[in-house]
Amino acid sequence: MIPLSHALALSLLLFTLGAAGFIIRRNVITVFMCIELMLNAVNLAFIAFARRLPSLDGQLFAFFVIVVAAAEAAVGLAIIVALYRNRNSLAIDDVDSMKL
Amino acid sequence: MLLPPLAGAALNGIFGRRFPHSLVSWIGCGSSGLAALFAVLAALSSHLGPETPPFIHGYFTWIEAGSFHADFALYYDRLTLVMTLTVTIVAFLIHLYSRGYMEHEGGYYRFFCYLNLFLFMMLLLVTAASYPVMFVGWEGVGLCSYLLIGFYFPKKSASDAGKKAFIVTRIGDAGFTIGVALLFWSFGSVNFAELFPKVGALALGDREHTLTAACLLLFLGAVGKSAQLPLYVWLPDAMEGPTPVSALIHAATMVTAGVYMVARSNVLFSHAHEALRTVGAIGCVTAFFAATIALCQNDLKRMLAYSTISQLGYMFLGCGAGVFGTGIFHLMTHACFKALLFLGAGSVMHAMSGQLDMRYMGGLRHKMPVTFWTFVAATLAICGVPGFSGFFSKDAILAAAYTGPLGAPWLYWLATITAGLTAFYMFRGLFLTFCGKSRVDHELEHHVHESGSKMTVPLMILAVFSVLAGWLSIPKVLGGNEAFDHYLEPVFGPSQGLLTSGTATHQASEITLMTMSLLAAGLGILVAYWFYLRSPEIPDQTAAALSGAYRTLVNKYYVDEFYNWLIVKPLCVASDRFLWQSLDTEVIDGAVNGSAEATAGIGGILRRPQSGNIRSYAAWVLAGAVGWLAYLLLR
Repeated sequence: MIPLSHALALSLLLFTLGAAGFIIRRNVITVFMCIELMLNAVNLAFIAFARRLPSLDGQLFAFFVIVVAAAEAAVGLAIIVALYRNRNSLAIDDVDSMKL
Repeated sequence: MLLPPLAGAALNGIFGRRFPHSLVSWIGCGSSGLAALFAVLAALSSHLGPETPPFIHGYFTWIEAGSFHADFALYYDRLTLVMTLTVTIVAFLIHLYSRGYMEHEGGYYRFFCYLNLFLFMMLLLVTAASYPVMFVGWEGVGLCSYLLIGFYFPKKSASDAGKKAFIVTRIGDAGFTIGVALLFWSFGSVNFAELFPKVGALALGDREHTLTAACLLLFLGAVGKSAQLPLYVWLPDAMEGPTPVSALIHAATMVTAGVYMVARSNVLFSHAHEALRTVGAIGCVTAFFAATIALCQNDLKRMLAYSTISQLGYMFLGCGAGVFGTGIFHLMTHACFKALLFLGAGSVMHAMSGQLDMRYMGGLRHKMPVTFWTFVAATLAICGVPGFSGFFSKDAILAAAYTGPLGAPWLYWLATITAGLTAFYMFRGLFLTFCGKSRVDHELEHHVHESGSKMTVPLMILAVFSVLAGWLSIPKVLGGNEAFDHYLEPVFGPSQGLLTSGTATHQASEITLMTMSLLAAGLGILVAYWFYLRSPEIPDQTAAALSGAYRTLVNKYYVDEFYNWLIVKPLCVASDRFLWQSLDTEVIDGAVNGSAEATAGIGGILRRPQSGNIRSYAAWVLAGAVGWLAYLLLR
């Protein structure tokens, strides 16, 4: 049995990586993947707590997050494609105003 | 009785623009005719015996707030009966007359709509069963008066006159409302049927101060509405309106609302002798004051306006002397003959293409015989020549001024002198307008014509009333039985008895008093005849000899100028300097501009973080989350 602290440590590591990547990286797709990373870090924490308590609530939340993440991926990738078509760039710093 | 005028006003107001003239006038006259018919029917069917309590018909609860309770209810007793008959019949005749008079004027339907609305409000005023309902009618007639004075609103003087009337009467209305509030505060009711018995049951002298204050405040309302000193200034200017309006509102009906209100509140006033004395004194002084101004007016309608003020003063004198019946009697006869005078003046004005200056008239007698003879009847009536209605009513007032419970010799003498002045200026007007050589412009002269039958028929009917209305109440000394006074006794009797018991009266033979007033009137007529027919150069010489007095009178004692200087100017200056230039531009505008600038400044600072750069947003979010976490952990 893996202790709770290990799972939480991994979750923290993943979340920190995601957050740092979100702030540091410029490429939109990388930023997008960092978001996914953070979501999954949170999922991991939920599952770990669910096992530990024991309660199914955490697993339920994890499922919700997975569903939302899937929807977000669909919409987000579509936005990225549209963005590239309009601006010919995937650098996030170029997208600082709503108008072209 | 109330509904037809309201319905007529609504119909004409909403659809009148699309209706042809004939339909508009049919609606207008028909509704007022119906009102008059219902008034007569009500008078016939109500069988008001001397002991009958007043009919009170409640319709719905109007205001209910704590212990304050006002029903929308109507009240019908003998006083109401007299008032409704007078108002509806005179109004009906004036509606008929307006058909001819307004034929060539714009806004035909608007005119009839206002006229009907006015009739409705006036009837509401006289049939109200409580002060709040009365106040609705009171304000309603004020509104209609404003609308009708300003009927020719593109003319600046007309719209100014409308505003002046509205604002000046507002001063009185403030008094009226405070008076009603005071009555409620001290007696717990504003319904006539509850309030009057309550007050009537008091012993003389009980709560006199409260009652005096309330009565004086109510009287302030009456002063505004009925154009007494010092709030009379709006009435002469009100002559800017069409002449039928002057006849209906500013002579026959609305201005008598104050007299009616005082008479209706007779129970209250009979417990407040000082207030009633004030009423009499103000009435008497106004009568004299206005009559002197009327002496030197050259505008026919303005002269009649001052004469109205003077006659209203008589009515208040009658009430104030403690004999309310005479006041109402004079109100009724005055409604007939003053309406007739104004309509006659309107007829002259119609013939003269709007010319109203008597100096440019003269000799119209042959050209307008009907107008002339009806005008003569009315003039004789107002002067109090025996046999005409004014004789009976004015004489009753003069007698009351001397022998009434609160009468006084000085009231009588001043009123008698006024009667002489009245006779003088009325005959001056008559002679200048209709007799002597024609001073009419040659251009105009061949225009002058008698008015059509639409206008002359009402004149003739009113002339009959002017002559006969007085016969309702022939004084005892002439073998009559004072039927009118007896008729109103159930209304005024108790308070009259109370007044008589509390005061010493002056005794005098009525015959002597009557002779005096006749002498005064005869003298006035003679002097007018001498001045304006026999030797027309005398007036100018007199005016030159007494130039100071003459100029004062022509300028109406400079009262308008004085009010202007005392109230209007300071108000304008204060509004201009203080309210506009300091308060408005600096404080209010400053506040508005200041708040706008503050918003802009704060926005300028706040927009810097909002760069649109997602990574910086994320950094802020992260920093916030870390900060919050740190706070939770380190707390």
